[in-house]
Amino acid sequence: MDELEEELLREILSFYQGSRGELVPILLEVQGNFGYLPEEAVQMVASFLNMTEGKIYSVASFYSQFRLIPLGRNRVTVCRGTACHIRGAPQLLAEAEKVLGLKEGETSADLEYTLETVACFGCCALAPVMKINNAVHGEMTPEKVGELFATWNEGEQGA
Amino acid sequence: MPNKGHTVFVCQGTGCLSGGAEQIYSCLQSGIVEANLGDSIQIRRTGCHGFCQRGPLVVIEPEGIFYTKVQPDDVSEIAQSLLPQGKPVERLFYHDPATNRPIPCHRDIPFYSKQQRVVLRNCGNIDPENIEDYLAVGGYQALRKALLEMTPERVIDEVKLSGLRGLGGAGFPAGRKWEACRRAPSEEKYVICNADEGDPGAFQDRSVMEGDPHSVLEGMIIAGYAIGAERGFIYVRAEYPLAVKRLRIAITQAREKGFLGDDILDSRFDFDIQIFQGAGAFVCGESTALVLSIEGKRGMPKPLPRPRTAEKGLWDKPTLLNNVKTFANIPLIIANGAEWFAARGTEKSKGTAIFSLTGKVANNGLIEVPMGMTLREIIYDIGGGIPEGKAFKAVQTGGPSGGCLPASMLDMSVDFDSLTAAGSMMGSGGMVVMDEDTCMVDVARYFLDFTRREACGQCIPCRLGTEQMFEILDDITKGQGRPEGIDLLLELGEAVKSGSLCALGQTAPNPVLTTIKYFRKEYEAHIYEKRCPAGVCQALITKLDY
Repeated sequence: MDELEEELLREILSFYQGSRGELVPILLEVQGNFGYLPEEAVQMVASFLNMTEGKIYSVASFYSQFRLIPLGRNRVTVCRGTACHIRGAPQLLAEAEKVLGLKEGETSADLEYTLETVACFGCCALAPVMKINNAVHGEMTPEKVGELFATWNEGEQGA
Repeated sequence: MPNKGHTVFVCQGTGCLSGGAEQIYSCLQSGIVEANLGDSIQIRRTGCHGFCQRGPLVVIEPEGIFYTKVQPDDVSEIAQSLLPQGKPVERLFYHDPATNRPIPCHRDIPFYSKQQRVVLRNCGNIDPENIEDYLAVGGYQALRKALLEMTPERVIDEVKLSGLRGLGGAGFPAGRKWEACRRAPSEEKYVICNADEGDPGAFQDRSVMEGDPHSVLEGMIIAGYAIGAERGFIYVRAEYPLAVKRLRIAITQAREKGFLGDDILDSRFDFDIQIFQGAGAFVCGESTALVLSIEGKRGMPKPLPRPRTAEKGLWDKPTLLNNVKTFANIPLIIANGAEWFAARGTEKSKGTAIFSLTGKVANNGLIEVPMGMTLREIIYDIGGGIPEGKAFKAVQTGGPSGGCLPASMLDMSVDFDSLTAAGSMMGSGGMVVMDEDTCMVDVARYFLDFTRREACGQCIPCRLGTEQMFEILDDITKGQGRPEGIDLLLELGEAVKSGSLCALGQTAPNPVLTTIKYFRKEYEAHIYEKRCPAGVCQALITKLDY
């Protein structure tokens, strides 16, 4: 973590009182800014809350939101919800894995993409659903996955 | 079309937004200005209108003209239609899937006409980001009545008399929980709204928070007054950013108007609400786990004998924990009275039930029906039946804790007790329809894969039992199932049910037990004939080379 990041973290922490009940909100905010929970950040949070790092990792590893490794610049998330499952989510995931050359939960070596799944987005009426960064794409098919990435890449290069 | 006093409602629920509803809204704004209609037409953003599958939705009132799958290119035509000589845009109407007949008005579409939208009355009809809209439809009147005309005991009596049962899944009588919390001796008490909608395939809590956040706040404030609490928390999933945003706005506006904070409506009652974002753990639906999670710990259910949260909850203080929809019902009960509420529903399940109707059904979306409606009415009349001429196979309610019910049970009444008796449960309100192309063994495997991932790990029956059940199911779907597999699943299922520490484990076998009970032949086809009748299990599909 460089000085700027340390400064950012100190600023985040300045909005909290330092009580243990604030751990989860703090970790969510740290992750919101850094994309994951960097080791140095956990150290700083530990001393701020007067807790051991071990305790923080025990909480962070319990909840599915927290990640201890950096995230790709682009997050591709396939919904594993029930409606999505019976309308073909497994095939979507397989296609996304093929196109990105990543397995579920993996991040590409160049940190360009992370492929992940979520238990449910709550967009079940549009099942099956996948999300690229913040954009939700409903009524997907494996064919559409390929097209989506093709247009996505064009857009990126054009930008 | 006459142009006086029209309001154009543009749905801004998560479903419609993903289809570009935000752009539709801004295009409509400029379209209406361009057509010189700025003075006579109002344009409003609303929460979820329910028919997410047909979104983005645009509704024009008072006629109730209902436009589906609206795209930016359609906007100028919609604006033109609002001119004095304008004609509605027929191609955007909903078309009846059976007859292909266009139906212009949402009130005439069976998806809406067969529903009774009581809790959802404001969803799709008011701007959730504007408290004035909520006030205009009688919002916070119930709070005024409770604080200024009723004692806390009287409020609790009303909730008890109404027969309202907790809508988070288990269906515990809400009034009794409130009473226990009121009686628990303590200076400090808390109200928690459980908005950690963890069931995959369910989005009704999200839609209520996004579409009518003030109704949830109002219910919580009344609850705080009734039990004697000054602080409330909304425990909401981090996967629901829009719900969090709208709740934040609603809380700020309620504070500005004096419905939250000190000395609310000059009643000397203080109450405030803060949002707590969950970090993703299905087991936090269990009350003691949820409470630990807010305390900043691992959300694992407390060991038995567990104290009741109503007596010893958050920071060991008496804590009232109810679901989003339970709180959203409270203002209605207080404003209209217990009798009005109890007039709907069955003898033991009062009021309405809200479901996310999804899966292999023609009309997908958010629905509200009186308790006691049959599954057939929900799936065929509101849902429009099974698309593409396929045959109905099963309906799944209650998510990973519920079960799959077959066609022979379609005439069953939908209420807490009937669903439980059939081996399923009401749960928080997911209803997923399955057709002949859905493999029931694969569905059971899917749910066990979910529960084994979500098991917190502290008790052995759940941690190892769900894992073992998953492995057996996985083998069966891969064509490696053994003849004793079914009996082993039944035996393990009973052990996990009776031996687990909390409801996650106690209900985890339900999807397996019900699919064996009602669809045993499918398991047998996989095991003995190495065949997947629905054609889902890849390992059992022989590819023909032509």
